[in-house]
Amino acid sequence: MSKSHVRRITFPSLLAVGGLLAAACGSSSSSSSATTAAPASVPIGFFGALTGPNAQLGINIDNGVKLAVSQYNATASAKVSLVNLDSQGDPAQAPQLAQKAITDKLVAVVGPAFSGESLAADPILEQAGIVSVTPSATNPALATHGWKFWHRIVGNDNAQGPAAAQFIVKKLGATKVAVIDDQSAYGQGIANIVRQALPGLGASIATSQSIDPTAPDYSSTVNAIMASGATAVFYGGYYDAAGRLLKQLRDAGYKAPFVSDDGSLDPKLISTAGQAESANTYATCACGDVSGTTAGKAFTSAYQAMFNTAPGTYSAEGYDAAGVILAAIKAGQTTSAGINTYIGSHTFDGITKKISFTSTGDINGGGIYVYQASGTAFTSLGLVSNLVG
Amino acid sequence: MHNLIIQFWPSVIDGTTTGAIYALMALGYTLVYGVLRLINFAHSEVFMVGTFASLFTLHALGITHAPGGIAAIGVFILITLAAMAASGLVAVGVERVAYRPLRKRNSTSLANLISAIGMSFFLQEVFALRYGRDLIPFPRVLQKNVLFHIGTGVVRSDKLLVVVGALVMMFILDRFVNGTRLGRGIRAVAQDPSTAMLMGVNIDRVITLTFLLGGIMAGAAAMLYGTFYEVTQYNIGFVIGIKGFTAAVLGGIGNIRGALIGGFALGLIETFGGAIFHAQWVDVVAFSVLVLVLLVRPTGILGENLQRARA
Repeated sequence: MSKSHVRRITFPSLLAVGGLLAAACGSSSSSSSATTAAPASVPIGFFGALTGPNAQLGINIDNGVKLAVSQYNATASAKVSLVNLDSQGDPAQAPQLAQKAITDKLVAVVGPAFSGESLAADPILEQAGIVSVTPSATNPALATHGWKFWHRIVGNDNAQGPAAAQFIVKKLGATKVAVIDDQSAYGQGIANIVRQALPGLGASIATSQSIDPTAPDYSSTVNAIMASGATAVFYGGYYDAAGRLLKQLRDAGYKAPFVSDDGSLDPKLISTAGQAESANTYATCACGDVSGTTAGKAFTSAYQAMFNTAPGTYSAEGYDAAGVILAAIKAGQTTSAGINTYIGSHTFDGITKKISFTSTGDINGGGIYVYQASGTAFTSLGLVSNLVG
Repeated sequence: MHNLIIQFWPSVIDGTTTGAIYALMALGYTLVYGVLRLINFAHSEVFMVGTFASLFTLHALGITHAPGGIAAIGVFILITLAAMAASGLVAVGVERVAYRPLRKRNSTSLANLISAIGMSFFLQEVFALRYGRDLIPFPRVLQKNVLFHIGTGVVRSDKLLVVVGALVMMFILDRFVNGTRLGRGIRAVAQDPSTAMLMGVNIDRVITLTFLLGGIMAGAAAMLYGTFYEVTQYNIGFVIGIKGFTAAVLGGIGNIRGALIGGFALGLIETFGGAIFHAQWVDVVAFSVLVLVLLVRPTGILGENLQRARA
């Protein structure tokens, strides 16, 4: 595809947020369908878990989207309405919600948030020609289906898996690694990439197990890890089961590093496992720490003002994913096809990074960061590539 | 095979621990089935309410880390009583609201089943709306100290508490059902409701008592679960409920000692299944064993009769 027509677009100004919180809440808190009756409003959606066991990541993203939409509506002439498609993170519910996106005539959705639900919903969205920009579904296979309307604004697990393996071997110095996954499209996907990457780095796989994320008891897995002599554990999955597995490992006296992925990068992992138990616990993520940049600081304070809480994992990516769609709408593209062409051919200044898409819908570039549990939250250690040198 | 040798004793200990909780849950299913020939699918929510009751008691007491000595015993008594009272009340409430009106109208057992599922959803959603859908952590009530070793296995204080606590509850229940006047009423109704009624047994009162006992056992399981796993959630009862029901069927549903054996057997099968194969095969192994047992003994290990357990 020719790149001759690339321009820079900046996102709607952050300045006008303050006075518009009430309006934003009024237009975006609807849980099922757009309630605004304004004739000119363009409906877009958020697709992801707002309830259910791993809802926090979805809520983080949705808040980022809500903030972007409220800032956009503050200045724009063609208003945007936001429809929530709450998947509960459950792939079984995803096709039905994709149908709802079609019925509601959405032109674009932010999401689906998780990889499993993406696999179920994206073919339907693709067929209907609805633009999707996921801020967080990192399974590499999603980019291999030739979908024209699908986009992803974070690096995928093909980047995250090897980076996690490098961090474990080169930075943490582990030579025998237990690799555990939760059998989800995402968790097993990234764990398999870590399994493939470890031998090349000179480390062996001490034991390889899959757990049931809904089971209460992981004692057989804990026993297997202890018996294997693993000097580090990698867990592919989400914070809910990760927290309980970590707790049971620490209770059994296992003190070696516990490394997980962006699905586990949430303070709830620490509150589930306990602060003392979360010592020596890390999570990798394609999501960067935005607290250092000017745009990031403005985003953080606007987010804090609107939701009375600090941005969480993928909040900034949710904001950027919505920003890409809103930039296209602002440029006068109000049809799915128009938006799709527009975002495929432009570069956007996001708060997380510069965003442009490859022909498969993946982002150009996109580094992997690592975070360490400390106190009640995760703090950024920086890019993995810098840490392992 | 090497794995199995290293993991043999840890598996025995962990299997017994989870099995003890399964067994307590199985008792609730088995008691109700024995008397009413009905599976109380809301029993998992009776358990869930118990975990919340002990959590709230801990919050009310201001416990943030494990107390020592006499205080610890007092805390345990309080959270146990709170969980038992809450679970017992919910179990009796479920019977009043979801089963008794249907029974009075001589409805089909399918209607009871749907009613139970409805109660189950209702209770889950009430707690989900009130307390959110995320895991809620427990403060630590009991230090997880290593007490002694058996082979390569480590016996921790919390695991010992679960097993001993469960065994004590089971013993009390067994004595109550088999050795008291009220227990005789339960056995009479289980054997033949119409004859029991003719002999002057108040069936409604016996049924209420049965639900209460099942609820108290679930409350004990909930307190032990909270102390051991230190988390709860609106749907925490779902998996435990299925495991408890499975244990009850494995041991012989309607049979109190069967529930006990079924619970420990299921716990051990699961951990050994996980040790020999891999963690992902735990449920496959457990349910394969269940099917095999039912092929040979269709009514479970000890058979179906509540009465026969007395032998």
